[in-house]
Amino acid sequence: MLAVRRALRDILAGGVFIAFGLAFAFGALAYDIGTPLRMGPGYVPLSLGILTAALGVAIIIKGFIGGDSEGLTGLDWRPLILISAALLFFGLTIRGLGVAGALFGATLLAALGRSRTPPLEAVAIAAGLTVVSILIFIVALQLRLPLIGDWIPV
Amino acid sequence: MELFDNLGLGIETALRLENLFFCLIGVALGTAVGVLPGIGPTATIALLLPITFNFEPVTALIMLAGIYYGAQYGGSTTAILINLPGESSAAVTAIDGHEMARKGRAGVALATAAIGSFAAGTVATLLIVLFAPPLARVALTFGSAEFFSLVVLGLIASIALARGSTVKALAMIVLGLLLGTVGQDTYTATPRFTFGVRELYSGINFVPVAVGMFGVAEILKNLEDEKTRRVITNVVSRLWPTRDEFRRIVGPIARGTVLGSALGVLPGAGHVLAAFGSYSIEKRLSKRPNEFGHGAIEGVAGPESANNAAAQTSFIPLLTLGIPAHPVMALMLGAIIIHGLPTGPTIIQDEPALFWGLIVSMWVGNFFLVLLNLPLIGIWVKMLTIPYRILYPTIIAFAAIGTYSIGLNAWDVFAIAFFGVLGYVLLKLDCEPAPLLLGFILGPLLEDHLRRALIISRGDLTTFVERPVSAVLLVIAVAALVLAILPAIRQKREVVFADEDEP
Repeated sequence: MLAVRRALRDILAGGVFIAFGLAFAFGALAYDIGTPLRMGPGYVPLSLGILTAALGVAIIIKGFIGGDSEGLTGLDWRPLILISAALLFFGLTIRGLGVAGALFGATLLAALGRSRTPPLEAVAIAAGLTVVSILIFIVALQLRLPLIGDWIPV
Repeated sequence: MELFDNLGLGIETALRLENLFFCLIGVALGTAVGVLPGIGPTATIALLLPITFNFEPVTALIMLAGIYYGAQYGGSTTAILINLPGESSAAVTAIDGHEMARKGRAGVALATAAIGSFAAGTVATLLIVLFAPPLARVALTFGSAEFFSLVVLGLIASIALARGSTVKALAMIVLGLLLGTVGQDTYTATPRFTFGVRELYSGINFVPVAVGMFGVAEILKNLEDEKTRRVITNVVSRLWPTRDEFRRIVGPIARGTVLGSALGVLPGAGHVLAAFGSYSIEKRLSKRPNEFGHGAIEGVAGPESANNAAAQTSFIPLLTLGIPAHPVMALMLGAIIIHGLPTGPTIIQDEPALFWGLIVSMWVGNFFLVLLNLPLIGIWVKMLTIPYRILYPTIIAFAAIGTYSIGLNAWDVFAIAFFGVLGYVLLKLDCEPAPLLLGFILGPLLEDHLRRALIISRGDLTTFVERPVSAVLLVIAVAALVLAILPAIRQKREVVFADEDEP
């Protein structure tokens, strides 16, 4: 068990590469593979997928030989979820709410991602950032994005 | 003289009013992100790319280049003042620069860094003028086999200088290459790995990849453990070095410039290696080696010149071969492609105003940097007091708007979240993002040249070793890989730790 714990970081890293490698390799089988002379669309992804997975295995083996998982901590879920949510919110609402609404929601979620920021302050940060961003991107740089979206009747 | 005609064209282009203006904006932004921890030049350039779409190509490239070398500069300011290198190459500057600041000589340290960087930048710009055109002429004779081998060499060499495990860096490159295969196949127009999503037919956009892996992932990591920073505020009592100090920095600046110019051409973190190399050279040559680590002015002058020279010469492979030396150059390549310009050796012939204008602008930019940094140092110090709780939502906001405005495509914004989380997980597992981005951007190029070379050779794989130039390039690549795996060298490499964007 001790060996596994020491190699944990490399086992996880190797696992990520094996997962991606195999997913792409299997996906590539759906396409024409071809020959070296006439490579089909699947040839390069299949070879690279296998190579990625093989390197993943190599990382795990190396982890058992000289691995060191010191300082490996779990993921910090709060920022991870809230910042992802911020970006998803922006993407989903930019057409409907427009820049102002989408940006306010996104920056509010992002600001709340830091546990030590009090909610009221997060609202203030979001409001300030929305105004500043609109001034920079819409007023100064003239990006053609709607300020108010379709969902909001004016 | 053809050279002077070319330079004349460059001067004329670089001194046009809008180019001067955006050069200034670029270096100012660059200094700002170099100073601010948590956002580096890679993420900034990725974010600002969409805004530059409306510019003329030369103006766009001038500004993006300015951000890059401006960040090299800003990074040393934080290294000196708060012992927090804003950029990895400034880690060396922090050793003696911060010591000088603690002894009340912050102003002199900052001025030394500025003078060294300016001198080095000037010389390195001249070197580009002299060496880029002949190199491009050689590259014009390259076929697909040579370009394939060149890309392989570039990718391998980039890990030889990266931090940490070689196998992990290699795996990151291949994963990047793999992600680069998403989208329509160029030969058969088959959509690959698109899951029926139309937006993915043209491939994954590199802006969200760069912003996610370098911007968002970094934020997630920083939010885990926030450190409080102590700023030395009693900065500028005396800026100008004394005559004696001047005499002590001339040698280090000259040697640092030579070393940096040579190493900058190498793929990977050449500028970091240059800074560390210069530091150890100066320490060995010094008559007072015991002063190093306690505020030796040579320890600031040498590495600062070296990393700035390297930052300039790293444009050589990009502009002559179309092969980026590191992620920032890869983004510049992306900018060149987006503007519909030729990549590779033909750029000098086809777009002389762009090529020479960009080069002259680097010299102009270096001049602006001296002006910006010495008299205005107080403003940059003030920026350090912006709290992180405001800074990181700003980065998220700019990331979302900037990326969305490229193609009004919500999938690009979702992709930032995906690559942000992926980058964060990989960072925790000690996998640095730089090789992945390089692989991702070079992937399509690699596949294209591989398939074309094999069609030309009728499927004969030996074409890569039978053509002499290609064979030599591959031999160097294998040698670099072997060297990277050898443990003795790996240990040294870990001391020369490096990733592009570490705050």
